[in-house]
Amino acid sequence: MPAPVPDGQDAGPLPEAGPDAAGVRRRLMSDGVGISVSVIAFALIYGLAARQAGLSLVEGLAMSAIAFAGAAQFSALGLLAQGVPWLGIIVLTAILNARHLLYSASLAPWFAGTSRRERAVSAYILTDEAYALAMPAFRVLGRHDSRTYLIAAGFTFVPWVSATMLGMLFGELMPDPTTLGLDVIFPAAMAGLAVALVVERRAAVAAVLGVVIGVGVALAVGPSVGIVAGGLAGPALALMVPRSAADAAAEESASDHAVGLP
Amino acid sequence: MSVELVALAVLMAAVTYPSRAVPLLLPGFDRLPPIVDEYLRLIGPGILASLAAVDVLVLADPDGHYRFHLGLELLAVLVCVAVVAWRRSLLPGLIAAAAIVAISRWLGVA
Repeated sequence: MPAPVPDGQDAGPLPEAGPDAAGVRRRLMSDGVGISVSVIAFALIYGLAARQAGLSLVEGLAMSAIAFAGAAQFSALGLLAQGVPWLGIIVLTAILNARHLLYSASLAPWFAGTSRRERAVSAYILTDEAYALAMPAFRVLGRHDSRTYLIAAGFTFVPWVSATMLGMLFGELMPDPTTLGLDVIFPAAMAGLAVALVVERRAAVAAVLGVVIGVGVALAVGPSVGIVAGGLAGPALALMVPRSAADAAAEESASDHAVGLP
Repeated sequence: MSVELVALAVLMAAVTYPSRAVPLLLPGFDRLPPIVDEYLRLIGPGILASLAAVDVLVLADPDGHYRFHLGLELLAVLVCVAVVAWRRSLLPGLIAAAAIVAISRWLGVA
């Protein structure tokens, strides 16, 4: 991880990205295209659903551009249709999006030395997809790179908002994305990008335990709680796995083998 | 054109932003003890794997209960993982996963 910089001391402009960063960004673009397809498909469905629920174009776009929280937006449509008070929708939104706390905490050390303004903006566009794309890229680079993060987040924000508009205006003309298998792209992308972060035994154990705990808790309580439980408890238990010299060496050389290298 | 729900969008953003921003903006969050640093490093694989697994393995019934689901989607995700591990690139894995599901549905298998 990058060397920490005392809080409040801006490290100044980030160094110019070298050829490695350019290569990582090229591969990021390739990975991002796949994720964008999934984002567009869900946004088209959301736009159509929002229109059918009676939202105006401004309201539908405001949800996507301001709240910018896919699962919560879908839930909000259902709850509005059932006449649930806004307070219930807001509480559910907070619960559904609690997992972002983990993403933000995991990214924080990489943002050491960046300005508060950059962190504040980066937080606003932080999503499952932005995290999943940016984190492996930072690991390959061995440092934070602002442009890389913006590209990663841009592959979600721009398609989500624009496809919401298309869905609201022309959604009824679109074929069902599930017939094209587009609904499987999101979980496949998350699993595929998890592979990029599994560079030694502890990370593999964290992933396996994340699956077991996440699914178990989701079945008992609900998907949102399950995802957070898996993301919290899996890594905590993985810390008990002893770290060998081979693991340390594997992590050291991770940047040579991680997904993201051209 | 109605704009009443723009306020709801703002309120939804207001409760979402803290979970996205607090660790990034909190002073000292980038100067953590090594064990916490290691824990945060492991959160990535843990939560992404959890997210993918819950998405394909847990289904909600109309009555609000959740049930375990083993379907073609799991196979598609595993194929994607294998392709990514082999090719070190996400896009071919996503294409393979979507193709498996699309073709199976077209054939009426899933």
